[in-house]
Amino acid sequence: MQEFLNWLKTPGLTHFLIVSGILFSLGVFAVLTRRNAIMVLMGIELILNAANINFIAFSRYSTGTLDGQVIAIFVIILAAAEAAIALAIVLNIYQNFNTVNVDEFNRLRD
Amino acid sequence: MDLFTIIFYAFALLALGAGSVVVFSKNIVHAAFALLFAFFAVAGLYVLLMADFLAITQLLIYVGGILVLVIFGVMLTNTVISVDVKTGTVQSMPAVLLSAALAGMLVGMFWSTDWKVTTQQTLPEATGNELGTMLLTSYVLPFEIASVVLLVALVGAAMIARREKKA
Amino acid sequence: MSQETLLTLSVVILFLPLLSFVLLIFFNKRLPKQGDWLGTGIAFVALALAIVVFFTKLTQFPNETIQASAEWVSFGNVPGIGQLTLDLGIMLDNMAAVMLVVVMLVSSLVHLFSIGYMHGDVRYGRYFSYLGIFTFSMLGIVITNNFWMMYVFWELVGLSSYLLIGHWFEKKSASDASKKAFIVNRVGDIGFFTGIMILYATFHTFSFDSIFGTMQSGTIPFGSETWLTAAGILIFCGAIGKSAQFPLHVWLPDAMEGPTPVSALIHAATMVAAGVYMVARTFAMMTGDALMFIAYIGAITAFIAATIAIAQNDIKKVLAYSTVSQLGYMVMGLGVGAYSAGFFHLTTHAMFKAGLFLGSGSVIHAMHHALHHAGDHHTDPQDIRNMGGLKSKMPVTYWTFLIYTLAISGVPLTSGFLSKDEILAGSLAYGSLTGHYLIPIIGFFVAGLTAFYMFRLLILTFWGEHKDHHRLEAIHESPRTMTIPLIVFAVLSFFAFYSFNPFGATDGWFMNAVPRPVSSVPATTAAAGIEEFNEALHYSHTSAMLLSLLVAGTGILVAFATYYWKKISADNIATTLAPVHKFFLNKWYFDELYQATFVKGTDGIAAAYRWFDEKIIDGIVNGTARWTKAVTLGTKNNWEEGNIGAIIYLVVSGVISIYAGWVTGNAIWPEEITVLLAIWNGLIALGVAGLTFFLFYVGVGGFDNRIVDGMVNLTAYAAGFFGLLTRKVQTGKVQTYIAWVLLGVMVFFLWFR
Repeated sequence: MQEFLNWLKTPGLTHFLIVSGILFSLGVFAVLTRRNAIMVLMGIELILNAANINFIAFSRYSTGTLDGQVIAIFVIILAAAEAAIALAIVLNIYQNFNTVNVDEFNRLRD
Repeated sequence: MDLFTIIFYAFALLALGAGSVVVFSKNIVHAAFALLFAFFAVAGLYVLLMADFLAITQLLIYVGGILVLVIFGVMLTNTVISVDVKTGTVQSMPAVLLSAALAGMLVGMFWSTDWKVTTQQTLPEATGNELGTMLLTSYVLPFEIASVVLLVALVGAAMIARREKKA
Repeated sequence: MSQETLLTLSVVILFLPLLSFVLLIFFNKRLPKQGDWLGTGIAFVALALAIVVFFTKLTQFPNETIQASAEWVSFGNVPGIGQLTLDLGIMLDNMAAVMLVVVMLVSSLVHLFSIGYMHGDVRYGRYFSYLGIFTFSMLGIVITNNFWMMYVFWELVGLSSYLLIGHWFEKKSASDASKKAFIVNRVGDIGFFTGIMILYATFHTFSFDSIFGTMQSGTIPFGSETWLTAAGILIFCGAIGKSAQFPLHVWLPDAMEGPTPVSALIHAATMVAAGVYMVARTFAMMTGDALMFIAYIGAITAFIAATIAIAQNDIKKVLAYSTVSQLGYMVMGLGVGAYSAGFFHLTTHAMFKAGLFLGSGSVIHAMHHALHHAGDHHTDPQDIRNMGGLKSKMPVTYWTFLIYTLAISGVPLTSGFLSKDEILAGSLAYGSLTGHYLIPIIGFFVAGLTAFYMFRLLILTFWGEHKDHHRLEAIHESPRTMTIPLIVFAVLSFFAFYSFNPFGATDGWFMNAVPRPVSSVPATTAAAGIEEFNEALHYSHTSAMLLSLLVAGTGILVAFATYYWKKISADNIATTLAPVHKFFLNKWYFDELYQATFVKGTDGIAAAYRWFDEKIIDGIVNGTARWTKAVTLGTKNNWEEGNIGAIIYLVVSGVISIYAGWVTGNAIWPEEITVLLAIWNGLIALGVAGLTFFLFYVGVGGFDNRIVDGMVNLTAYAAGFFGLLTRKVQTGKVQTYIAWVLLGVMVFFLWFR
C-alpha cells in the first residue's frame, strides 16, 4: 500500500501512459456509441490526443530524443486534415439526408 | 507532493473529467465545450513532458482550429434553437463492456510492463529550434508528404462541402 | 509592510476581479440573487486592499518604483535577435497605486449601483461577471511593467468593453455600437502594435524601464530621431482609439447603448482612462514633436466634442461628448508637458464623471419607471427636453449632480477646478515657451463651453417646470444602492482630498506624488525640460486661474440667461445659426464621412476580392474538376461499350498470330534447328491455330457467356452463400464493425502478450 502511495506521488512515464490509456478508451467509447457523426469525430480527436500523449511521454522518459515529438506533430497535422475532410463530408451528408446520425444514412448517393 | 505532481494530477484529472463529459454528455454543445477543456488539459500535460512547442501547437491547432471546425459542424448540422441538440447513443451495453475491457487491458499493460526509462533530463529547454531542424533534415520527406496531404485535404474538403445545386 | 508584500497584494487585487468573473460566468444561475453580492463583495474587498496598498506605497515608499518580473517563455537564441524571452512583470509606482484605487473605487461603486439599476435584467448574473473581467483587464494595464502585457490587457479591455456595450444585444443599435467600439479601437491598436514593434526591433525587450534606460544612454530606434517620433506617435495611436481622441472618437457616444453604469465605468475609470494612462506611462519616450502632436490632437478633440455637446438633447450623449472633451483636456495636458496635471485631471474627472453618469442613470431609471407606470412607451426617457423640475422629487440625485456639474465646470473649491486650472496653466506655459498659443486659446474656450453645456443640462433636467404633472408625481428617488455611490463620488469631488489649498494643487500631495518623469529622448529632440517648464508655469499660473474663472463664470451665466431666465432664446439662435447648429447636432458628420469613405471603401475591396474568388479561384478549381471529370467519363464510356477492349484484343491476337506464323516458318527449314525444337514449334503452331480457330469460329460471345460469366456467377453465388452465413453480424452499421475490429485487436493483444 505504502509503495503504491509512493508511486502515486512521483508521476513518471507510467502515469502519463495510464492517463492516455483511459483517454483512449473514452474516445473509443464515444466512437462506438454516439449516433451523431460529429460526436464520433470528437471521439476520434480524443483518441488521437491519447496517442500523442504516448509519443511525447516516451520521447521524454524513454528515448530522450525529440523524434516522438516530431511524430506527434505529424499526428496533429493529419488530425487537422482529417477533421477538415470529415466535417466536409458530414456537412455534405447533412445537406443530402438532413441527418448526421451514422445509423441513418446507408447509401453513398441519394 | 511537489509542484510537478500537483500540476500533473490537476491536468490529468481535467483531461479525464472533460473527456468523460465529451463522451457521456447528452448535449452536443456541452460536449464540444468540454472537448475544449480536454484539449487544453492535454496541452498542459505536454508542457509537463517538456514539449513546449507541441503544447502551443496543440492549443493553436486543436483548440483554435479543429474545435472551431467541430463547433461549426455542430451549428451547421443542428438547428440549435428549434430542435434539441441532444444526441442518442446506440449499442451502449456492449460498448461499455468493450471500452472498459480495453481500458483495463491498456492500463494493466502499461502498469505491468517494465519500461526502459531514462532518469536524466535530456530534452532541451526550448524545443522549437531543434524540432524545426529535425523537420527539415531527417524528417523532410514525411514533412513534404504531410504538406501535400494537407493541401489535398483542404482542396478536397472545399470541394465536398460546397453547396452544389442539384443539376 | 515590505515591498514584496505590496507586490503580492497588487497581484491579489489584480486577480480578485478575474475570480469574480470566473465564478459568476459559470455559476451565476446557481447562486442566490444570481451572485450580485459575490461580484460586489469581491470588488469591495479589492478596493479595501487597493486603499491599503495606496497608503502604504505613499507613506512608506514614496519615491521607489517597486517592480518584479519573472521569465514566462524563453524562445532560446533566436537568430538576428539573440536571447528572446517574454517576461511577466508588475510595477507599482505612485501613479499605479493611485490608479489602483481609482479603478477599484469606481468599479466597486458601479457594482453597487448596478444592483439597483440592473434589477430584473435578463442577463443579470452575466452582467456582473463582465464587470469583473473589465475591471481585471484595466487593473492589468495599470500594474504591468512592460509593453506586451500592456498590449494583452489593452486588447482584453477592448473585448470586455465589447461584451458590456453589447449587453443588450437584442437591440440592433446596441450590438452595432459594440461592434463599432471594437473595430474603431482596433484601428488605433494597429498603430500601438506597430509602435511597440519599432521599439522592440531596436531594444529587444518590452520592459518600460529597460527601454527608457537604454534610450537615455543614447540608443534610439534605427538611430534616427524621426523613427523615435514616429514610434511615439504610433504608440499614441493606441490612446487615440481607447481614449476616444479625434479622429477615432466616434465609437464613444455610440457606446452609450450599453447600460448606464457601464458607461460610468468605461468613461470614468477604465477603458478611456487606459489611453491617457498609457501616454503617461510612455511619457519619457515622447519627443518634443510627438508631444506637440499629442497636444494638438487633445486640443482638437476637446474643441470638437464640446461644440457637439452643446447641441445634443440626450442626457447620456451630452455626458458622452463631455467625456470626449475632457479626455481631450487630459491628453492636451500630457502633450504640453503638464504631466502631473494631466494625470490629476484623469483622477478628478474619474470621480465626477462616474458620478455624472450614475446620476444620469438614476434620472433615466426614475423617468423610465414613471413612463412605464403611465403606460407611455413613446416618450424618450433620456431626452432632457422631456425632463425638468426633477429637483424636488430626487433630492439626493439633484444635489450630487449639482456638485459634479460645479466640479466639471471648474468652479473653485471643487477638484475639477484644481486639475483643470493646472492643465490650463500648463498649456499657457507651453504657449509662452513654444509660441503655440492656439492650444491655450482652445483650452480656455472649451472651458467656457463646458461650463455652458453642463449647466444647460443641469437646468433643463432638474429645474424649471415639468411638462406633465402626473408623470412628475410618479417620479421617485432611486433606491439606496444607487444613491450611496452618488454621495461617495460627490464627496470625492471636493478639493480637500487632493490638496489643502483650494486655489492651487501644486503643493498638494497628489501633484508631488506623481512628478513628471525625466525625458529619456536625446536632448535635441526633447520638449522643454522640467525646470524650464516650471519656470514658465510659475508666471502663467495666476493669469491662467483668473482667465479660467472668468470663462467658466461666463459660461455659467450664459447658460442661466438662456435656459433659466430665458433672456436669450436658444431657439432663435438655433434658427439664426441653423447650418452651424445642424453641423453640431449631427456631430460634425463624422459618422457619415467614415461611412462614405472607409466603410464604402472596405465594401468595394471586399467586392473586388469576392469577384476574384468567384471568377478566378473558383474558375481554376472548377475547371480542373471539370477537366478531370471529362477525361474520366470518356475513358469509362469507351470501356463499357467495349471499344477499347475490342481494340486491345485484336491487337494482341494479331501479334500472337504473326509470332506463330514466324515460328512455323522456322520449323520448315530443319537444318538449322533440332528435331525437338521443330516438334515444339509445331505444337505451338497447332495450339495457336486451334486457339485462333476457337476464337474466330466458336466465337468470343460463347466463351464469354459460358466460361467467363460462369466463373463470375460462381463467385457471386459463393459470396452470396457466405454472405447469408455472415449476415447475422452484418448490421450495416459502421459502429458495429468498429466494435468487431476492436474485439479483434483485443484478442491479438491477449494472444501476443
